[in-house]
Amino acid sequence: MSSRPNSIFSAPRWLIIGVVVMVLLAFAPPIIEALDQAFWLDVFTRMLILSIAAASLNLILGFGGMVSFGHAAFLGIGAYAVGIPAYYDEYSGFLHILLAVACAALYALITGAISLRTKGVHFIMITMAFGQMMFYGFVSLEEYGGDDGLIIYERSNFGDLIDMYDDTTFYYVCLVSLAVVLFIVHRLVNSRFGMVVKGSKSNERRMGALGFPTYRYRLTAYVISGAICGYAGALLGNFTEFISPEMMDWTRSGELIFMVVLGGTATIFGPVYGVLAFLVIEEILSAITTYWHLIFGLLLVLVVLFVQGGIAGLLRRWFSKKKEAV
Amino acid sequence: MLRVEALETYYGASQALFGMALEVNAGEVVTLIGRNGMGKTTTVHSVMGITQPASGTIEFDGKDMTGQPSYAMAQAGLGLVPEGRQVFPNLTVTENLVATSANRTGRKDPWTLDSIFTFFPSLKERRSSMANLLSGGEQQMLAIGRALMTNPKLLILDEATEGLAPLIRQDIWNVLERLKHAGQSILVIDKNIVDLARIADRHYIVEKGAVVWSGDSKTLMADEALTERYLGV
Repeated sequence: MSSRPNSIFSAPRWLIIGVVVMVLLAFAPPIIEALDQAFWLDVFTRMLILSIAAASLNLILGFGGMVSFGHAAFLGIGAYAVGIPAYYDEYSGFLHILLAVACAALYALITGAISLRTKGVHFIMITMAFGQMMFYGFVSLEEYGGDDGLIIYERSNFGDLIDMYDDTTFYYVCLVSLAVVLFIVHRLVNSRFGMVVKGSKSNERRMGALGFPTYRYRLTAYVISGAICGYAGALLGNFTEFISPEMMDWTRSGELIFMVVLGGTATIFGPVYGVLAFLVIEEILSAITTYWHLIFGLLLVLVVLFVQGGIAGLLRRWFSKKKEAV
Repeated sequence: MLRVEALETYYGASQALFGMALEVNAGEVVTLIGRNGMGKTTTVHSVMGITQPASGTIEFDGKDMTGQPSYAMAQAGLGLVPEGRQVFPNLTVTENLVATSANRTGRKDPWTLDSIFTFFPSLKERRSSMANLLSGGEQQMLAIGRALMTNPKLLILDEATEGLAPLIRQDIWNVLERLKHAGQSILVIDKNIVDLARIADRHYIVEKGAVVWSGDSKTLMADEALTERYLGV
């Protein structure tokens, strides 16, 4: 085989696969329309939004080794940041996004400052406890529907810029958001900041002894992650036009963790693969049997046991084998 | 440069250091020697602020640094090469070197990636490898390089050559010798007394958490009873 002068072919394999998947996703709306399967556009939009949330979780879980079991709280905060202003007839999308990101970041700063003083199982438990506090906090807010949730009568208004009511437009808003978030994560983890966070994952004490106050670095990563997830929450609120505390339940946080692990932790595109697989398998299995949870659970256990590095690892190995065969 | 006095450190209820004291002057190479479990690593950890001592004083560069967290000690100019190397396995060789690099001590001719690679040619060849794929000797060089990249005033090596093949050991000693000639102050822990005596200026023998003897290389090597008593197995 001759050497390939084109620089595209010298790009790392994981990047090529990831970009191909993103390009395929960009073609999803016309294909879905041609097949007259509008329902699947909903599934894919949901998938994009959850991918943003999973990517934010992966930033701290995969790269930073901080297993947050309360990440769904950020989604809920973001969604309520759309729902509560809308309840008071405030529909400005810019305000919604600003509120979602700012509130999520503030919540991350406060809870992270406390949680990050603990490690391992304790960190998992305390983040879960904070998540449940938010859950019950919103359950008790009768004004905003409490347990029953809050219907969002109008989606965020971006004036003439974006029409959130157009399903295809909304899909592309989510896709572009995801691409930007993945780019940000990529830049972050390869920056010096990212190296310190990654180094703290493998050996926090050592990072400290080399002159870095690891706590501040980890907290910063935690706040960035929360802010991104808050943004995803704002999209989710717009998408479902309904928000209830159930969105913040710890089982939701567990699902997010699973999506990240399924896709491949500490990889850029892993969360996207994880969410894609999770939602598609969920849809297909639930159409076959009402006991789909059982099969799904078994499948997930098998993936964790036998597929090293999740789907991202699987894809990478698969493509490298093919290349050798050529 | 570094002065440690009356250090007492506990692990829970059990006391490990009993009035540990030592001093390293600028440009000196000083060793801590003694059998396993005598408190050499505990001393280093106490100085670095990794394990906080219960009492005693640590003075570095004329400032009282007692009770400071480890990152502050490192920022003040202590560069530790830890026991067991402990490179970051999930970072590449280059990332290990640049992630924590800094020149907080304001060194005129600071270490750079290039100068580290010139110093350790084998690291250059493996610059994109993940650090956990390196051999033990390469990892030790990486750990030294990583510490040098923080431009420390005092380089501390805990078990500099433990677990390395004899030939690799010689490489490490040669590295330390070159660093010494370049004026680097070094505090080193090791068990190979002959090699240490060749390089170091002064020695402290540690026994049960305190210094029982200190002196220069010549005196140490001349007194066989001494090495037999405190270092013999």
